[in-house]
Amino acid sequence: MFKRFEQDKRPPVQIFVDGIAVAARQGDTVSAALLASSCDVRRSTAVSGALRLPYCMMGVCFDCLVTIDGVGNRQGCLVPVTEGMQIEIQKGKREIGK
Amino acid sequence: MTVAPKREDYDVVVIGAGPAGLAAAATSAEAGLSTLLLDENIGPGGQVFRAIASTPVTERNQLGADYWVGADLVQALRASNAEVIHRATVWSLDRNLEIAVSVGGASAFVKAKRVILATGALERPFPIPGWTLPGVMTAGAAQTMLKSSALVPDRRTVIAGQGPLLWLLAAQILRLGGRIDRILDTTERGNYFAALPHAFAFLASPYFRKGLSMMREVKAKVQVVSGVTELAASGDGQLAGVSYVAGGKRETIPADLLLLHQGVVPNVNLAMAAGVDHRWDDLQLCWSPVLDASGNSSVAGIAIAGDGAGIGGASAAVVRGRIAARAAAEALAPAAAAKLPALATLRSDLAKAERGRTFLDTLFRPAPQFRIPAGDTIVCRCEEVTAKDILDAVAIGATGPNQLKAYRRTGMGPCQGRLCGLTVTELMAQARAKTPQEIGYYRLRAPVKPITLAELAAVPKSEDDIKAVVRG
Repeated sequence: MFKRFEQDKRPPVQIFVDGIAVAARQGDTVSAALLASSCDVRRSTAVSGALRLPYCMMGVCFDCLVTIDGVGNRQGCLVPVTEGMQIEIQKGKREIGK
Repeated sequence: MTVAPKREDYDVVVIGAGPAGLAAAATSAEAGLSTLLLDENIGPGGQVFRAIASTPVTERNQLGADYWVGADLVQALRASNAEVIHRATVWSLDRNLEIAVSVGGASAFVKAKRVILATGALERPFPIPGWTLPGVMTAGAAQTMLKSSALVPDRRTVIAGQGPLLWLLAAQILRLGGRIDRILDTTERGNYFAALPHAFAFLASPYFRKGLSMMREVKAKVQVVSGVTELAASGDGQLAGVSYVAGGKRETIPADLLLLHQGVVPNVNLAMAAGVDHRWDDLQLCWSPVLDASGNSSVAGIAIAGDGAGIGGASAAVVRGRIAARAAAEALAPAAAAKLPALATLRSDLAKAERGRTFLDTLFRPAPQFRIPAGDTIVCRCEEVTAKDILDAVAIGATGPNQLKAYRRTGMGPCQGRLCGLTVTELMAQARAKTPQEIGYYRLRAPVKPITLAELAAVPKSEDDIKAVVRG
């Protein structure tokens, strides 16, 4: 849905989305990096299992919830990517202990 | 910069590093007050100046001159002695001006003599059929990605709604080589007449010239459909099409991305949880805090500046931030306050910045059908509650938003009513033939953002704290 502007010269950062290497850029939030990737990054909701993608990108809607480095229910739009970060697309509720 | 606050007490704590917060913190520190600025985002700027210190979109005319004003505010703040913490989520503020803030997964408590809330605005909910589908986002979301990551739409894209931000975003997307297939303008025809009496002030404001040239820039490249009276998104687990009615004619177009926008409203959660009185604003159709001319709220020591004080735009937010900080300085260090810009000057700056606002509010007042949905349209995105569910609850006795929580859990999901609260109030008001003021709003409480029990349990405790809850 989104492409990178050709004049964007920020250094690359490699993250992993469900184990697959994805090229992000320094300064991207997790949600922006996910939306810029070609992966299917739709989460499913805790209530009905409906598929969602981020809606507001500013910390309000919680539709960007994602598991980051083993911690569930993080707001991906508020977390910057770091080298080697492990992202898991969250399906349904946050799991206990995660 | 994601470290806990250095001290336990501050003269002034400012919450939010958008235009109002940046100006307030710099002014407060300039007056020699110990100042802490807490902000949830990665860097300064809030929404309007998002990523101002880091944006990869560096050619100044791409984002526009109004954006780069933010760089001066950041520079002034950095030149001051204010302590600034980003990625700091304030989850509690009480009447004793005690603030709980989560930084890097651990919570700290600080106490302030004065608190300036600069938590800004969020986009008004736009509850149309299909607005929860992947591929439907707010215009602000797209603008956030554009500013902070230079990302632009590259597949079939429709922008729908109304207001200045919509045109600015469209212009920015086009300047960066992004794709927009169609713009659906939902401005009600009648609004043009209603706004006419306020046109003089608007014509004299900078909005007019800038707005006109931006609309011209966009209309030269994109098909714009005006007078849109119905709007729906459709698809199975992914947006596939947008259908709309304009001039009595229905049309459906294929789309991969739908960006919605119908103005912004104050982000009230922290202020309301602190006990600040709010009233329903009939023109802006939202809750606004009850404030005096310096931004002081009904809770002693808490002031509100910026769009959280009622929507006024970025220039007004900057001045309101300075006024609130000046008032804090007058109370805490009168001698230092005398060296700050005079109040009369600030007030005249504010009047200038607010010129034309009534015109914009009247012209872009969203139509009822885009605020008050019906049938299966989702109202509460978190708990997936529809308009019909809410009307059914009203029919069996739910009187207001707080009772409705017990019936349907509306507003009890992670967003804590931020994306359903206004819709619930207006929907229930209409169903019960009451005013929104009479229906009221959710009773908001700390924590105003979710934190884990583990983080709460790890909060430092005194012996007295433990004695208060441990038996025997």
